[in-house]
Amino acid sequence: MTEFLQYTLQGLAAGGFYALAALGLAVIFGVLGVVNFSHGACYMLGAMVAALLLQHFDLGFWPALVIVPVIMFFFGVLVERLLVQWLLRLDPLYNFLLTFGLTLLTVDVMKRQFGVSSLKYQVPAGLEGRFTIGSVDLSVYQLFAAAFAVVICLAVWMILTKTRVGMIVRAATEDAERSRALGINVARWVTPVFGFGIALAGLAGVLAAPYRAINADMGSNFIIILFAIVVIGGLGSILGAVVAGFLVGLVEAYGQGYYGQLSQVLIFVLMAAVVLIRPAGLFGREEVA
Amino acid sequence: MSDALLKVEDLSAFYGEAQALRNVSLDVAAGEVVTLVGRNGAGKTTLLRSIMGLHKGTRGSVTLDGVSLDGKSADKRARLGLGWVPDDRGIYATLSVAENLSLPPVVDKAAAWSLDKIYEQFPVLHERRDFPGTKLSGGEQQMLAMARPLRAGSRLLLLDEPSEGLAPVIVNQIGQIIRDIKAQGVAVLLVEQNVKFASTVADRHNLLAQGEVVESLDNAEFQSRTAELLEHLGM
Repeated sequence: MTEFLQYTLQGLAAGGFYALAALGLAVIFGVLGVVNFSHGACYMLGAMVAALLLQHFDLGFWPALVIVPVIMFFFGVLVERLLVQWLLRLDPLYNFLLTFGLTLLTVDVMKRQFGVSSLKYQVPAGLEGRFTIGSVDLSVYQLFAAAFAVVICLAVWMILTKTRVGMIVRAATEDAERSRALGINVARWVTPVFGFGIALAGLAGVLAAPYRAINADMGSNFIIILFAIVVIGGLGSILGAVVAGFLVGLVEAYGQGYYGQLSQVLIFVLMAAVVLIRPAGLFGREEVA
Repeated sequence: MSDALLKVEDLSAFYGEAQALRNVSLDVAAGEVVTLVGRNGAGKTTLLRSIMGLHKGTRGSVTLDGVSLDGKSADKRARLGLGWVPDDRGIYATLSVAENLSLPPVVDKAAAWSLDKIYEQFPVLHERRDFPGTKLSGGEQQMLAMARPLRAGSRLLLLDEPSEGLAPVIVNQIGQIIRDIKAQGVAVLLVEQNVKFASTVADRHNLLAQGEVVESLDNAEFQSRTAELLEHLGM
């Protein structure tokens, strides 16, 4: 029982990163129709930038939590303005390939600059200890990261459900063409939404920095899991991305705890099962002819 | 003809090599209900989509109240006064009924119906205002789809098969709503396969076959020649 509780908490902590990043992927896909392959690379950049801020500017975790998402937002804006926007009128495959290429480029540039060995990052002061109740033992930082991710997800959810901008994003996510026909200038939201989605990936990277190995390759496994999450949740469903993010975090933790090497396999077994039973994903809507 | 609100001239539309519309010309005056009648595949929906700016391959010109819509994006056209009511009703599942209503930006403050007025006209939408849009029945969704551009102050509704799949009593209600809308000075370009329904709401009719307007006639003539016309259209 205590094992179960332990794995559950670990799963929620890991799920927090997944949910944050998947949320970014979902809004980008919703509003732009772009499957952003570079999301894993942006997660990696988030962690890398946090490490570099510490190394070169002595800016620790707390400032990084604010600065990195801002930097990543502008990085996203730049990518959208310089590259992505020119392919939006074409088949979505073109932007998928573009962001795939961008991933290879980003990863290799980072390898060239910083090598393949991992950069160091300290758990922030005040969050170093362990948290123990009975035989449940977790790092305080993991608990913090899980709680922080939940808070950010809730905040984004509030923006999406309580503001006019959020309503427009939800409407465009559900059907961008129809939203235009109803007078919504969807194009105006494309750049900020892309930047916002990238910022969320970067934020997930910062949160991961204190307890994951920070190197150029850290995003390549991450993006595969993110795709599984988006498929499980339902492509184009914002709520689905968040719920499936936590779900996959839990499955991964139970897998690691109980079945060792099987943890990654379990995620894809879950994905296959969901696709078989509900092809549109848990929260996706079936296409009506 | 100079007082036409919507004027479509020589509009052709293509799907790749295939031509879906051939030099269609028609007009709709303010407060007028004009139909497009024709069988499946005649090009009715393509015509509405072309007017709305959603169809890419078009030639010809569309003007709304003297303003050319050519080359303008769909959202720009909507803000100039076109109201989009698609055949699938286009209700957002992830938005509540109230959010569905307030989503389109108000395009004409003077003409826009207030939420109070909408709820007075459609009490059921008030009752269900916090429901997800797609939890409504088909008829209620149709009302919501029609109410949406009215709240925005659209001057002309592009209304695609509003009677489709609805029970006769609901179809009568929809008909009454169209007459009410018309009485308020809003124009309607109505796509219909239900000819009987069309003749209860419309002033004029355009018969569409294979992408061409084969006949334009007023409602009296349409009613007296219904059987002959339907046979001609193969309906």
